Amino acid sequence: MNALIILPLAGAILAALWPDNRTRAWFLPAVGLVHVALCFRLLASPPVVSPEAWIGFDPLAAAVLPAVSLLFFVCGIYAVPYLRMRQERPNRVFVAALLAVLGLLSAGHQARHLGILWIATEAVTLAAVPLLHFNNTPRAFEATWKYLLVGGTGIALSLLGSFCLGYSSLHGGGEGDLTFVALAAQGAGLSRPWVLAAWVLLLVGYGTKMGLAPMHTWKPDAYGEASGIVGAILAGGVTSVAFTAILRIRSVVASAGEGVAADRTLLAIGLFSMAAAALFLLGTRDYKRMLAYSSIEHMGILSIAASLGAPGVWAALFHVWSNSLTKGALFMSAGNIRRAAGSPSLDDVRGMSHVVPRSAAIFVTGLFAITACPPFGPFFSELKVLGAAIQTGHGLTAAGFLACLLFAFFGLTRVVFAVVDGRPRPAAQAGGKRIRESFGLIAPPLALLVLSLWLGLFTPAILQDAWTAAVAQLFPNP
Amino acid sequence: MIPALNLLIGLAMGLNLVALGSSRLPSLIRTVSTQGIALGLMPILLEGNHWDWRIFLIAMATVAGKGFVIPGLLRRAMRAANIEREVEPFIGLMPSLLLGAGGTIAAVALASALPLLPEHAGSLLVPGALASVLTGFILLIGRAKAISQVCGYLILENGIYLFGLLLIKATPLLVEAGVLLDLTVGVFVLGIIIDRIQRAFDSLDTRKLTTLHE
Repeated sequence: MNALIILPLAGAILAALWPDNRTRAWFLPAVGLVHVALCFRLLASPPVVSPEAWIGFDPLAAAVLPAVSLLFFVCGIYAVPYLRMRQERPNRVFVAALLAVLGLLSAGHQARHLGILWIATEAVTLAAVPLLHFNNTPRAFEATWKYLLVGGTGIALSLLGSFCLGYSSLHGGGEGDLTFVALAAQGAGLSRPWVLAAWVLLLVGYGTKMGLAPMHTWKPDAYGEASGIVGAILAGGVTSVAFTAILRIRSVVASAGEGVAADRTLLAIGLFSMAAAALFLLGTRDYKRMLAYSSIEHMGILSIAASLGAPGVWAALFHVWSNSLTKGALFMSAGNIRRAAGSPSLDDVRGMSHVVPRSAAIFVTGLFAITACPPFGPFFSELKVLGAAIQTGHGLTAAGFLACLLFAFFGLTRVVFAVVDGRPRPAAQAGGKRIRESFGLIAPPLALLVLSLWLGLFTPAILQDAWTAAVAQLFPNP
Repeated sequence: MIPALNLLIGLAMGLNLVALGSSRLPSLIRTVSTQGIALGLMPILLEGNHWDWRIFLIAMATVAGKGFVIPGLLRRAMRAANIEREVEPFIGLMPSLLLGAGGTIAAVALASALPLLPEHAGSLLVPGALASVLTGFILLIGRAKAISQVCGYLILENGIYLFGLLLIKATPLLVEAGVLLDLTVGVFVLGIIIDRIQRAFDSLDTRKLTTLHE
């Protein structure tokens, strides 16, 4: 069976049984390391996936899953000193749930069957619940409640959409085989009205998990209250599984002859997400919620890119990598700042470059990376998206895209420099003395930034080939 | 077989309206639980004469989950939290009822516009599903209390389950997966309970804590 799924799930069970609260955190980097090694070995020598397989490391999984795995490994390293600081809280459920999330994310990325994909996404949603209320504050509970209510409704609608797609196959004379390969092979035989109904429901459902506006409402609350690593994994891992789901479904809808309608909706919802996120970024006074809005903006970019045909999807896969890694660095450094400052609000926090200088430096560098300043990864991936838009004749889209990026840049810099500059409050100074910026808290976000830089400067050929193969899988007849 | 099934679906659609008109939490929970039992019996009716253990298992799991376990959890949460029994609507009871009735008519009209396989043409499955999803949304949006929102989610989920019955012969796996949705509800309810403990901690009222641990 599939070691990428079994290994983290087995790790989760072991971690749940592990008696010692202090050493349990080591499960995260250990499982993460083996997972990364396995993932990259599979990436280097892609296995043959039989077309009727329900779960398999196919080109699309190979193009995205290693990024999630890498992000998880780095978060796992960060988790060890983080959980050591949080000894007052039992971390049995936290560590086990985090490992379960990795296993289920691996299943979701590799799902080649509509039902399996849904089960994996549903299970990820539920496994993330204990992660969100780890801090055990009333605010964290409120965030968890909203996450469950909005996310649960999204999940329910995506099941309804899966039923509709299943019925479209049945109505078209299908046998009830719901692998994506079989559905795409049935192609024009699928019943059109049901395919369109399914597309709308699935886009809303998985779009909720991705955090596309206007289904994004859970995101600021959840990212604002969750700890840094949880935010990083939600923003870099859970969103990417929903995005690959949308890509797989889009290719089925396109094979049924409704590709134009699908692309049009993706483009509209993507532009709306970017515009909404940019507006919220101009108004927010909370630097952790800011990261959520930035994530919504980048999901909008992915959605726009996915609507631009083969070159756009290639750019989108590139952007999944650069966004995941850069966002991880931002979440972790924001977590360090939040712990030292004692508050997530701009009203209470300033001058953090004096209190936690190294985290503040990473935070500012991460800001420039995520707002697409060269030579970091996001610059090159967003350039590719822009190139794809112009190449396919979407000039207005390109203009709107650039305008949203500009406003988002204003919003992000406004918040980040308010946090970093100025004279620190006395309370924060005391907090800074209490919290040491140890190697374990600084090295992981720094490593992610370096990875983002490396991705931008020397985009490795092996990744480029993986993205090309994934595009070939999604667009079988160009 | 179809008449008996349609009777049950009609009952479920009627219960939608009862749920929209309920002004007190216990009666809302009772309505949802009755609807759950009615839904759970449907797969057995659909199968009719040839007996399949998998379908029987789905039916039993559904009756137990939707009809007894989840309503029981909800009642426990209600007692533990010791809250007022009124549902506190954002959208008043009369407007919700009118919306629900209009939605049911729209669901029937929409379903007749959708292409269906001949064996499903005479059944109320699709209109019933659409009407329940709509009712669920009205309750989710229009009620203030967490417990009544969970009831709304349950009715939404019941609608999806009804739609799933169209596919039960062709793709049993997908339909079985829908049972997982019940798990979401379980987590929801646990969330309410935990939340209440949390608030009890804040107010330092230990009497409420012992009620939870009974």
